[in-house]
Amino acid sequence: MNMIVCVKQVIDPETPSASFKIDPDAKRALASKDKPMVISPFDENAVEAALKVKDANGGKVTILSMGGETAKDVIKHSLAMGGDEGYQMTDAAFDDSDSYATAANLAEAIKKIGEYDIVLCGRQEADWDAGQVGTGVAEILGIPSVTAIKKIEIQDGKAIVERVLADGYETIEVSLPLLVTVSNEIGEPRYATLKGIMAAAKKQVTNWSSADVTPAQARSQMLKIYIPVHEGECTFIEGDTPEEAGANLAAKLREAKLI
Amino acid sequence: MADTKGVMIVGELAEGKLTSTTTELLGAAKKLAGDLGQEVIAVILGSGVGDAANEAISFGADKVYAIDNDMFADYTNDAYTGALEKLNAEAAPEVILMGQTSMGLDLASRLAFRLGTAVILDCVDLAIDPDTKLMQKTKPVYGGNAIAVYVGETKPQMATVRAKTMEPLQQDTSRSGEVVAFDPGLDVSTVRQKVVDRVKEEIEGIKLEDADVVICGGRGVGSAEAFDELRELAKLLNGALGASRPPCDSGWVPTNIQIGLTGKMVAPTVYIGIALSGSSQHQAGMSGSKNIIAINKDPEANIFGIAHYGVVGDYKKVIPALTEKCKELLSG
Repeated sequence: MNMIVCVKQVIDPETPSASFKIDPDAKRALASKDKPMVISPFDENAVEAALKVKDANGGKVTILSMGGETAKDVIKHSLAMGGDEGYQMTDAAFDDSDSYATAANLAEAIKKIGEYDIVLCGRQEADWDAGQVGTGVAEILGIPSVTAIKKIEIQDGKAIVERVLADGYETIEVSLPLLVTVSNEIGEPRYATLKGIMAAAKKQVTNWSSADVTPAQARSQMLKIYIPVHEGECTFIEGDTPEEAGANLAAKLREAKLI
Repeated sequence: MADTKGVMIVGELAEGKLTSTTTELLGAAKKLAGDLGQEVIAVILGSGVGDAANEAISFGADKVYAIDNDMFADYTNDAYTGALEKLNAEAAPEVILMGQTSMGLDLASRLAFRLGTAVILDCVDLAIDPDTKLMQKTKPVYGGNAIAVYVGETKPQMATVRAKTMEPLQQDTSRSGEVVAFDPGLDVSTVRQKVVDRVKEEIEGIKLEDADVVICGGRGVGSAEAFDELRELAKLLNGALGASRPPCDSGWVPTNIQIGLTGKMVAPTVYIGIALSGSSQHQAGMSGSKNIIAINKDPEANIFGIAHYGVVGDYKKVIPALTEKCKELLSG
């Protein structure tokens, strides 16, 4: 099985709200000096999904990322998990892409990479939470798509996927090649072992710019971005011991007629 | 380019009736259509659509397209995208809305890319700009840490809408409207997905989205066994058990009780968050709760930023004492 996984580097979604800041002119969040950028969590799930298919069927996992210079770190991380080679698309001309332009650029890159049976993406990226690039790539490539999958297996030349629903899941048979977007229910991403990290250093990463992939034009514009103001304050319930605080909390809730 | 007109919503049915999200979409569409001076159009796809079209009229649709065929009995991306592409060519709506449901998050972007337009998913507000007459789409970003407002000029203008953010109209069965049967004439051999099974994962006890009290555990709970204490508290308070993402990812609890941006959204009267940091993605799923109580040994935990009551302490000591005292107070 020949697989391509699209991964994105984002500001750490575990950044505490108190340190989260927006640059109102650049219209995006400011990267924190203390917390390094990370692979978008659902994209890491997508790498894991690809590696599970490779474990079961053999094949190759290609990692593709469109981003700034430091996107190479998430490509390296994915290669250390078990990916085989990487492609990095970096150029100022790719920077202000909306979901449409991102999908168009990635699809062009995938066409250039050439061979694939499965394209995998995270179900939504941890910065913009747009949730559409994967499906958009599939439409441009003309291949079927299924979103929010928790399992993918290959049987008799078809993909059998399980798609997460609000109250359970459904099993869908899809022809190859296909694109899936992956949800966290696929399972915890495997750790990059020291051996994997060392092997990754020797794996091939190709760098592409706007000379290789013509940047597409955006279809949506962001008018503004702001941090919502939170009104209200927390009343801390005290006690000499944690047990006492627990009992006091119960009393307070009873008093407030909440229990 | 043809003139586009009408605010179209793609409805969904549960057991033959409109889902609550669909009635909310109709409410949102009514307001937008009013500001645009246009009609509200509903489209319902399925097999045996029956009375749902009339129900859509009673909730605000001026016109309903019923796409009724075996091939739409199960939602599949290819069939629904193909059908709506054909309908769009026929009806040329100004706006197309869907719910941010498992169907919406699968279908809306495929359709937008198919139609050569743009979509914004998971909107919490939609408004017509009085100057440009374009639809401004507001949605949470960065896991909910920030709010962004988008607009696009391509038609139709598309959005999916988060559940419980829009008000449905009062149902009025005396409303009249037009029902049109639409046959998109799709070749079933072009549908590359086939649903072969559907598994319902029943949660024991009260459904999370309906519970008045939610007890929610996070990474700090530490193990599957430790969740039993939280279950006990939930039972005592007639509540439902939930979890943030880490306990689900670690397999301590089933994934269908995950509360958050891509999980269940709850807004109970009482929410008690235990040993969870309260990441923005988790907050996205519970910030609407009326009374938020948090227990965490880290005084800097994010959750205290939105909590009404908090205890800074080890939950292993706080919760048993809380449960004991609740038992005492409730029996007295």
